[in-house]
Amino acid sequence: MADPMRIRAQAQGDKAVVRVLMSHEMETGQRKDSAGKTIPAWFIQEVTASLNGSPVLTAQWGTAVSKNPFMQFTIRGAKAGDKVSVSWVDNRGDKRTDEATVA
Amino acid sequence: MRRGLLVRPGAWAMATLLAGAAAQAQKNTADGIAEYRKMLEDGNPADLFEAKGEALWKQKRGPKNASLESCDLGKGPGVVKGAFVELPRYFADTAKVQDLESRLVSCMQALQGFDGAAIAGTPFGRGEQDNVTALATYVAAASRGLRFSLPQGHPEERRLYEVGKRVFYFRGGPYDFSCASCHGEDGKRIRLQDLPNLTKNPGDGVGFAAWPAYRVSNGQMWGMQLRLNDCYRQQRFPYPGFGSEVTVALGVYMGVNAKGAESIAPAIKR
Repeated sequence: MADPMRIRAQAQGDKAVVRVLMSHEMETGQRKDSAGKTIPAWFIQEVTASLNGSPVLTAQWGTAVSKNPFMQFTIRGAKAGDKVSVSWVDNRGDKRTDEATVA
Repeated sequence: MRRGLLVRPGAWAMATLLAGAAAQAQKNTADGIAEYRKMLEDGNPADLFEAKGEALWKQKRGPKNASLESCDLGKGPGVVKGAFVELPRYFADTAKVQDLESRLVSCMQALQGFDGAAIAGTPFGRGEQDNVTALATYVAAASRGLRFSLPQGHPEERRLYEVGKRVFYFRGGPYDFSCASCHGEDGKRIRLQDLPNLTKNPGDGVGFAAWPAYRVSNGQMWGMQLRLNDCYRQQRFPYPGFGSEVTVALGVYMGVNAKGAESIAPAIKR
C-alpha cells in the first residue's frame, strides 16, 4: 500500500496552482544492492489529474524522475472549492489516488 | 549518489531548472546553493515523512498496542509543539539527558513495548529506525519557527555540555580530525558547502537548527543521530552508538550554543 500524496491547490485569479508531492522509491533498475544484485526498476509510469472529475493532465513518466517526486501545474478556470484529484500507476501496477480542494 | 535534480516532471520544469543554473554561474557559489534550496523548499519531501510521523505518533502499535500520544518529550505528556527546541534535556524517569531520537525510542519502549536496544542497534533507514526518523521529523516540524532554548538547570545537563565541548575539540583518527577542525571557525567549507561555526550561534536555520533534513542527493531523511554518525565517518572515527552519551553530549553542546536560533527543521539539503 503506497503512502499518501500531499496535494496543495491554490486559486490565483482565474487559475489554480497545484503542487503535488508523491511518495515513491522510483528505482531506476540501474543500481545494485550490497550483494551486487541489480535492484529491479520500480517507478511511476502514468500520472493523471482531474478537475471535478474531468481529466486535465496525463503524463507518462520514466526512470529519470527522482525519488519522492514533486510536480507542479496550473489549471485554467479552476476556482476555490473545486476538487482536484491526482492519481498515479507504477510499473508494478500499484495505484494511488488523492484528492484536494482548491483553496 | 543518484540523480542530481529533484524534479523532472516534464520539459517545462527542466527548462526552468536549466535557466536557473545558467543564472547561478554569475553569482557566487553560496548564493547559488541558497537559490537552489529556495527552489526546492516549496516541494520539500520532508513533508511526506512529517505526515508519516504524525500518523505513527497517533497509531496504536507495538506489543502493548499503544500510541505515543502520552509520550513526555520534556514539556509534559503528549506536548509536541515547542519540545524540539528544548532538546536534549534531562528526563527524571530515565535519569538521563536524552535527545529527540533517543527519547522517542524510550517512549516506544515504555509505552508501546518495543525493544529499545534492538531499535538502537538497527541500521539507519531500516525497520523501526526508519519510523524513529519519521517521528523525529514530525516532532521537529511542530516547532518550526521557534527559537532554541535548551534548559541548563540540571547538573547532568551542565555536565553533558562540558562533555560535548570536550568531544567537539577531541582530535583523533587517521586524519587527526576533530569536529572543531571543520566547525570551529567562520568561513570554512567542505567542497562547495559552507560549514556552520558550531562553537557559537551560527544563525537562524543553520547547523543544529536545520536537522532533521531531507537530503536531495540520496533521497533520504536524516535525523541528528545520522548526521553525527556521518560526521564521524567523514572524520574516519569509529561510528558512535545510536543515542550514545557522546552523541547526546554533542547535541547539548550544539543546542546550547545555538540559543536564540530559529529552527527551520525539517529542512532540505542538497
